[in-house]
Amino acid sequence: MNSPSIIEARDLAGGYTEKKVWQQATFSIPRGAFVGVLGPNGAGKTTLFRLLLGLGTPLHGSLTIFGEAPKRGNIRIGYVPQRHPIDSDMRIEALELVRLGLSGTHWGWSMGTHDRAAAMEALRSVGAEELADRPLGVLSGGELQRIFLAEALVGNPELLLLDEPLANLDIRRESNLVQLIHDVVHARGVTVLLIAHNINPLLSVLDQVLYVANGRVASGDPQQILTSQTLSDLYDTPIEVLRDSHGRIAIVGSEESTHHHE
Amino acid sequence: MAESRLWDRKNQLIIMNNMFSLFANLQIVLSYDFMQHAFEAGTLVAIVAGVVGYFIVLRRSSFAAHALSHAGFTGAAGAVLLGWNPLIGLFACTGVSGVIMALLGRRAANRDLQIGVVLSFVLGLGVLFMNLYKGYSTEAYSLLFGEILGIRVTDVWITLAASVFLLIVFSAMYQPLLFSSLDEEAAEAKGLPVVWIGTLFLLLVAIATSVAVQVVGVLLIFSLLVTPAAIAQRLTTRPFYGMLVSVVIALFATWFGLIASFYIPYPVSFFITSVTFGLYVVVRVLTALRV
Repeated sequence: MNSPSIIEARDLAGGYTEKKVWQQATFSIPRGAFVGVLGPNGAGKTTLFRLLLGLGTPLHGSLTIFGEAPKRGNIRIGYVPQRHPIDSDMRIEALELVRLGLSGTHWGWSMGTHDRAAAMEALRSVGAEELADRPLGVLSGGELQRIFLAEALVGNPELLLLDEPLANLDIRRESNLVQLIHDVVHARGVTVLLIAHNINPLLSVLDQVLYVANGRVASGDPQQILTSQTLSDLYDTPIEVLRDSHGRIAIVGSEESTHHHE
Repeated sequence: MAESRLWDRKNQLIIMNNMFSLFANLQIVLSYDFMQHAFEAGTLVAIVAGVVGYFIVLRRSSFAAHALSHAGFTGAAGAVLLGWNPLIGLFACTGVSGVIMALLGRRAANRDLQIGVVLSFVLGLGVLFMNLYKGYSTEAYSLLFGEILGIRVTDVWITLAASVFLLIVFSAMYQPLLFSSLDEEAAEAKGLPVVWIGTLFLLLVAIATSVAVQVVGVLLIFSLLVTPAAIAQRLTTRPFYGMLVSVVIALFATWFGLIASFYIPYPVSFFITSVTFGLYVVVRVLTALRV
């Protein structure tokens, strides 16, 4: 990864006014990288995303994205928030949600005919063309994730922030979705930050890891970060990283006994 | 062959005769001033209820609409007690309640508790006002169940002004409202002021509720604000067409109710609720069979 970095954090602290969730984070993300943002629940992974989206303010340090301070409504970013399953009574077609990713911020009346063509193209790019007219409420978890991905991609962003897209998916669908995300962003040259609990489905595609835990953020190559030594230092407690014959990882320790395993 | 042609001709004559008599009946119905006013106000209310109702169902805010109509009852009861036009009380009380609800809780889906707290207090005030009012009990009855046939010209004009205002604001915010209704977090990240959009929407619900109370009353508000939209969402998955279908159903139910009550001495709101409920059942059964 020799490309210029598009995200730069220097001595960054994130959280709320009354409480820092993590601090002293220094890292950079090169253009085109596939980055896994890992760590236990409540460690502050989504807090990092909110800072990048301009929805929160750094408590300390500096953060730049595309060379400038984060701002709300940055059209160069595509965002897939973490969400709960969509209500089965939601009888709105999938194409409409994807279309809104492009023109949902436009004030004034519009039938959105042109936007529907662009939305269909985005659905095609994630292999979900046949889901276009299906109601959102009847789609499976994996199908919905493809729709959300299309919604985030429809505006042709340069950076994708994906908050737990693999949650509630079985192992096969996890790896299918990771491969799809990898293929799509690779073809478009898009940088990806993906929050996940389980690193294993991501291992083959990751360029970099941001490991958020114990009030700190460690950044680097997956092989360099996911070691017993680094994680023990990060958690300040003995952590063991185990690898099986397929290279899959399990992380065990006094605080974190279950969050990376398969 | 000739017999069959004669049979067809006879049927055509019967249909034409029926159409003429329907047209003639409509002319008779509209020859009365009070029916004309009822049709004018009812049409406006049906359009507004169909449009706003679609988003009430989409945002799962039907409890908010229910609560606002009850707040409207208190406002109208207060206005009656003070000798004012009940519509003014309706607008004032639903508007204020809508803003309070929006400010109390951020997400529409999580507002039930706050809405319930406001609702019980406001309704208690309404009961007090009605108790203090020494006039006719018909005032309370028309607030609870609607009395469109007694609508005054002034109220028609107020309804027109409120409806035009609502439709202009709604058109301006249609896409951001739809986006924040379907995907609030993504909409916020894209820079939309989702809190303000939610607040403005509740104000539109307040206006729609206020005008609809005139037709179906506080207790039957769902028949125009929720049921037509719920039917529409069963029939089409495209929001724009869904709103159109919702408006058509609300219009059909209102017009049918007005004409039926002209000939049969039962309340308009009874006919409206019957038509919308009947359509809802038919559509649910048909869609279930299709699946």
